[in-house]
Amino acid sequence: MTGPEIQATPDSSWQNSWREFPWWLVAIFVFLALMGILIIRNPAYNDAFKFIFPGIQVTLYTTITAFAIALVLGLLAGLGRISRNTAVRNIAITYIEFIRGVPTLVLIFTVAFVLVPPISGALGVDNRVVSPNTRAIIALAVIYGAFLAEIFRAGIESISKGQMEAARSLGMTYTQSMRYIILPQAIRNISPALGNDFIAMLKDSSLVSVLAVRDITQLARLHAGSTFRFRESYLVLTFLYLAMTIILSLLLRWYEQRIGKDRG
Amino acid sequence: MSDEIIIIDNLHKYFGSIEAVKAVNLQVKRGEVVVIVGPSGSGKSTVLRCINHLEVPTSGAVYIDGVHLEDKQTDINKVRAEVGMVFQQFNLFPHLTVLENVTIAQRKVRKRSKEEAEQIGMEQLRHVGIPEKASAYPRQLSGGQQQRVAIARALAMQPKIMLFDEPTSALDPEMIKEVLDVMLQLAEEGMTMVVVTHEMGFARAAARRVVFMDNGQVVEIDTPQVLFDRPQHGRTKLFLSKILKH
Repeated sequence: MTGPEIQATPDSSWQNSWREFPWWLVAIFVFLALMGILIIRNPAYNDAFKFIFPGIQVTLYTTITAFAIALVLGLLAGLGRISRNTAVRNIAITYIEFIRGVPTLVLIFTVAFVLVPPISGALGVDNRVVSPNTRAIIALAVIYGAFLAEIFRAGIESISKGQMEAARSLGMTYTQSMRYIILPQAIRNISPALGNDFIAMLKDSSLVSVLAVRDITQLARLHAGSTFRFRESYLVLTFLYLAMTIILSLLLRWYEQRIGKDRG
Repeated sequence: MSDEIIIIDNLHKYFGSIEAVKAVNLQVKRGEVVVIVGPSGSGKSTVLRCINHLEVPTSGAVYIDGVHLEDKQTDINKVRAEVGMVFQQFNLFPHLTVLENVTIAQRKVRKRSKEEAEQIGMEQLRHVGIPEKASAYPRQLSGGQQQRVAIARALAMQPKIMLFDEPTSALDPEMIKEVLDVMLQLAEEGMTMVVVTHEMGFARAAARRVVFMDNGQVVEIDTPQVLFDRPQHGRTKLFLSKILKH
């Protein structure tokens, strides 16, 4: 008796590729293309785009700068998190848990208006000259530093203990072993997770519009408020974020596949 | 300078409430090859790992070339640079090429130039018989080749002592010989070696003394001839009868 043919029918590969085809990506690209046409052809959309688009420089600058600082903070806090020194470890855990327990929007206000004044005071800078943009970058960096710390910690802990033992047995110090042996492997392992957090941060950068930073979100709000073109303003804004994040996440998938193959 | 390069004095090690090593005393002379055998869980690896301070003894003392390892003033990294170690799981650095594996510690610890480190590294790769793999990555090598690179990596530091922690236990049977051959050659060249292994053939051929450990204690220390053929203790006889039957 032969059972029903589930596998290996002649057209199964065709059916399979039909099922596996990334239709979601087509849908998103159709949306992006339609928006592109609207922006070119429709004056109201065109005006909104022209008003909002310059803000992309602020959005990208804020995100990239804040992410670079967050990487340093995250690495330090992640190393502190696994330190054998009780004081260092507890300071790191306090920072991480404090940030994780408060909403991002609230933290942006708190960092910008509560944390920055005493820091600028300590550095001898007049608090009033610290621009909203700088405050926004500091706020995002402090917030994402705590998230990245947990990624770094997990990455370091994913490297087998034997690596540290081998490095130490050769006479390398703890710091040398971390720098030359553990971290290069850990960072490679966590690079997809770091990429995901960069995309998350790009989206969260919209929150800094509450500090009146002239990013694309703030410009969209201004345009909507002055022209009452809410649909055009927010559709263009959505289009801009989606275009950026979809490109970044496609790049990230491609990179993940590449390092996956490298390992295999 | 005393003739004993390793002195282990009344070593105790607890893991939680379990006493893994009980009152172990052992001295190793310069150029001597000592093999430690015993059932798994007998504490032999723990003793070995105390010799380069990868395990910190609960009490007792270890002296390497007269330097007290448990002394807070001791720079342990300096001592470790003189004590090479080969692990059961090789522990090569997978993100570095074979040549980088054998040069990184030379450069960062011995502060040698790139050229000098690579020259010494290549010498040691020839020593273990795989200079042609210098630019390969560890994952491209067989287990036996990986372990030989690990030996070369330790030798490139030009250590005074080599420690081997079950170096052939993770290898496929056909690869054991190539690693043991390198170790035998090293023993003939006069390297001071402490080897934890189940390879009794190697112990017979290379060891000046064999240490039998059981249940955290040293039961018997003797030449391989005496220990294998005329063991004095019941526990040694029982262990040998179990492993030599087949």
